[in-house]
Amino acid sequence: MAATQEEIVAGLAEIVNEIAGIPVEDVQLDKSFTDDLDVDSLSMVEVVVAAEERFDVKIPDDDVKNLKTVGDATSYILKHQS
Amino acid sequence: MNAPHRTVVVTGIGATTPLGGDSASTWEALLAGKSGVGHLEQDWAAELPVQIAAQIAVEPGEIIPRPQARKLDRSAQFALIAAREAWADAGFTAKAGEDSAVNPDRLGAVIASGIGGVTTLLDQYDVLREKGARRVSPHTVPMLMPNSPSANVGLEVNARAGVHTPVSACASGAEAIGYAIEMIRTGRADVVVAGGTEAAIHALPIAAFGNMMAMSKDNENPQGASRPYDVTRNGFVLGEGAGVIVLESAEHAAKRGATVYAEAVGQGVSADSHHITQPEPSGNGIAHALQNLMDSTDLDAPEIVSINAHATSTPQGDVAEIKALRKVFGAEADHMAISATKSMTGHLLGGAGGVESVASVLAIHKRVAPPTINITELDPEVDADVVRDDARPLPAEGRIAALNNSFGFGGHNVVLAFRSL
Repeated sequence: MAATQEEIVAGLAEIVNEIAGIPVEDVQLDKSFTDDLDVDSLSMVEVVVAAEERFDVKIPDDDVKNLKTVGDATSYILKHQS
Repeated sequence: MNAPHRTVVVTGIGATTPLGGDSASTWEALLAGKSGVGHLEQDWAAELPVQIAAQIAVEPGEIIPRPQARKLDRSAQFALIAAREAWADAGFTAKAGEDSAVNPDRLGAVIASGIGGVTTLLDQYDVLREKGARRVSPHTVPMLMPNSPSANVGLEVNARAGVHTPVSACASGAEAIGYAIEMIRTGRADVVVAGGTEAAIHALPIAAFGNMMAMSKDNENPQGASRPYDVTRNGFVLGEGAGVIVLESAEHAAKRGATVYAEAVGQGVSADSHHITQPEPSGNGIAHALQNLMDSTDLDAPEIVSINAHATSTPQGDVAEIKALRKVFGAEADHMAISATKSMTGHLLGGAGGVESVASVLAIHKRVAPPTINITELDPEVDADVVRDDARPLPAEGRIAALNNSFGFGGHNVVLAFRSL
């Protein structure tokens, strides 16, 4: 069953918390991974791989650069999850 | 030569070792003659011929927050902990630039490891085979590269004069400190954070060292297994941890009113070019390094009252080092108190030169030499004044110096000298 927007944000919050140590409540749709959440380009790869597993979605490397904010990632996953 | 030739001093020390999570607890345990060696309880150790090691006393995961720790190899975690202690001990309250006492452009970092991020390499290879390429951590390369501890310490303190990683197996930590001394002497830097680190307690390195017949297999007697100079010694015991010191030009230290532990007098370096792993048995290669130290500094043999020997508890190496001391110092060696602290810490490989420099600096500063434990019967070939069982006071008055010897596979010989002011 596909995840809802709320479930995706909550899941991303757990992933970002695990990888960057940011409190889950700070992970909001408008937050930038690099500027607000201490996720650099290498850690972003970890976030993407964890999100792929969690939401059963493929995120090609070429698409990762477009995922600037939690909202970008959430929309992408909503659209592409199987 | 018009290059400046400046006096270098030690203004900060830090360590995390099998004996303690900082330099003070490590020093206390060294003086008390405690062994940091224990039985390996990990599942992977059960099938190995060697099942003992000197594991870190305080796990780095208790100190470094997980988001940072997961991007650092264990060797870099140790280095960071020891460097932070040394940096704060030197009186700096923030990174260079933010602390106006040191200019980042005049600050260096030289941290070495003998093997590098071997546990990261092996763990990620397991990930690759078990979970596939996509799951290999994107942090793998910056974690396993041998310069990772140095680079991370450099980032931590904002070192911009140069960040370096000399690699010479078990001489690496000492070579790093020697390199740092030269950076300051020749005017490239005013302050350098320097030392060594190692984290290689893992099935593969233990199996490999074990198959070289280099390690003690006294699995039933872990605490007695590392026994340099004992007639029954049968190999080294692997240890892990880091030792880091802050080196500074005497002028820079005086200007900011820093507390000075000792002078870092200089280094003597040589290479055996004899065999890839065996020490040159006559001690000629080591003697060459000792002679280079004496020739390139104003050190006087009678000042040298303490030697932190390389002495790993191998049959050949321990004796070659003593022969070298006799070759260079003759009867003067009689007043040099020999401490083999690997009897307590195990052999930290690239970390050894760092930790043993911390011990050498403290021996001078506190005027006491740590003991060599586990000697039941001294090897008759060890013609030297070995400090056995109990710590020994060093002369309370006058200028005294300590040597720290480190030798590595490949025939690398590095001797460092520290002296009271």
